[in-house]
Amino acid sequence: MKISYYPGCTLKTKAKDLDVTARLCAKALGVEMEEIENWQCCGAVYPMATDEIATKLSAVRALDHAKHNGGKLLTLCSACHNVIKRTNEDMKTNDDIRFRANNYLQLDEPYGGEAEVLHYLEMLKTVVGFDNIKKAVVNPVKRKIGAYYGCLLLRPSGVMAFDNPENPTIIEDFIRAIGGTPVIYPFRNECCGAYVSLKNSDLPKQKSKKVLMSAKEKGAEEIITACPLCLYNLQVNGEGTLPVKYFTELLAEALGVQV
Amino acid sequence: MTKEEYVETINRISGTDVRKCMKCGKCSGRCPAFKDMDIKPHQFVSLLVKGDVDALLESKAIWHCLSCMACVERCPRGVAPAAVVEAVRDTVVRMQGNNGVKAEDIPPVVDELIPQQLLVSAYRKYNK
Ligand code: SF4
Ligand code: SF4
Ligand code: SF4
Ligand code: SF4
Repeated sequence: MKISYYPGCTLKTKAKDLDVTARLCAKALGVEMEEIENWQCCGAVYPMATDEIATKLSAVRALDHAKHNGGKLLTLCSACHNVIKRTNEDMKTNDDIRFRANNYLQLDEPYGGEAEVLHYLEMLKTVVGFDNIKKAVVNPVKRKIGAYYGCLLLRPSGVMAFDNPENPTIIEDFIRAIGGTPVIYPFRNECCGAYVSLKNSDLPKQKSKKVLMSAKEKGAEEIITACPLCLYNLQVNGEGTLPVKYFTELLAEALGVQV
Repeated sequence: MTKEEYVETINRISGTDVRKCMKCGKCSGRCPAFKDMDIKPHQFVSLLVKGDVDALLESKAIWHCLSCMACVERCPRGVAPAAVVEAVRDTVVRMQGNNGVKAEDIPPVVDELIPQQLLVSAYRKYNK
């Protein structure tokens, strides 16, 4: 099966590991990720102001492409997923934004939120199935692993509809499927400090350390994430408290996929 | 611009109805940047209800909000304090000369590992 895929700029540069392992694993599981043509950076943060239109157009273009190419848009970076999913909701439900975006783009047919945005984890769960992943595992990851959700996959839950925002389970289910033991810790859905290091370098340091200490106290041996910025903040500010990896790196290890 | 025009604009672009706030303080209770904020999330909401534009536009908290949406998630009245913070920040940075990040701030923080995502996010949030 083929799915239209939006990689995003960070996965082409500093987060290549996330992109490469994800593609190889998907292939091993029977899913072909087809990178959409001429995609542009989504802007990394969803513009909340209701009069922001231009900053949403790259997401709309990607969504419209997916609408005509299978109907689904696969995302991997948590930030891209958040921006694109929230923009899609605007195009579905906000008449003013839909009108103004379409008025600018002048597509052959106006875009109205028809595409379905699917995160790679959701694809693993609903398209492949965790049971099938379990069957495909040749090298179970027999470690205690802490899932780090952060914010962007979960919130705002009314729009993201990803998982229970206070007690999510999808990454823990994923960890079980690849043979690991999930470690539940209180800070797994707390923010790591995000992008504020340019204005307040202390805040990401404190927040990231809290996340890692919380996971370590509960017995985690490593942390997995789907967000390049989470990975960076936890690695750089956590001062080696615990190893931090992309969830797809562990999937590749479990499936015996050579990178 | 008059005060009334600022109040109207911030209300409109925030897309949230601050009059629904019942002052429970749950948003601030959940905010991970609380300690670093001169004006707390619930105060952004109540100052906008009061129309105290000066206090809002002078706030330094707009640079510390993480857009983590925890306040939005917890509000029992469906108010979005994060959207008020963003509407105030946008109103500030849309004024000439008010960009929060200067080009010369960047090189000292760039290391081998810094993801594009961080710089793109910061530019989108802090600059126009
Ligand atoms: S969210 Fe990140 S990775 Fe995604 S396109 Fe935008 S900046 Fe790039
Ligand atoms: S935890 Fe931090 S980097 Fe991760 S999703 Fe939230 S803001 Fe992003
Ligand atoms: S979005 Fe901003 S104001 Fe709201 S909880 Fe997060 S940091 Fe605090
Ligand atoms: S949580 Fe909602 S109702 Fe309570 S103070 Fe904050 S904005 Fe007001």
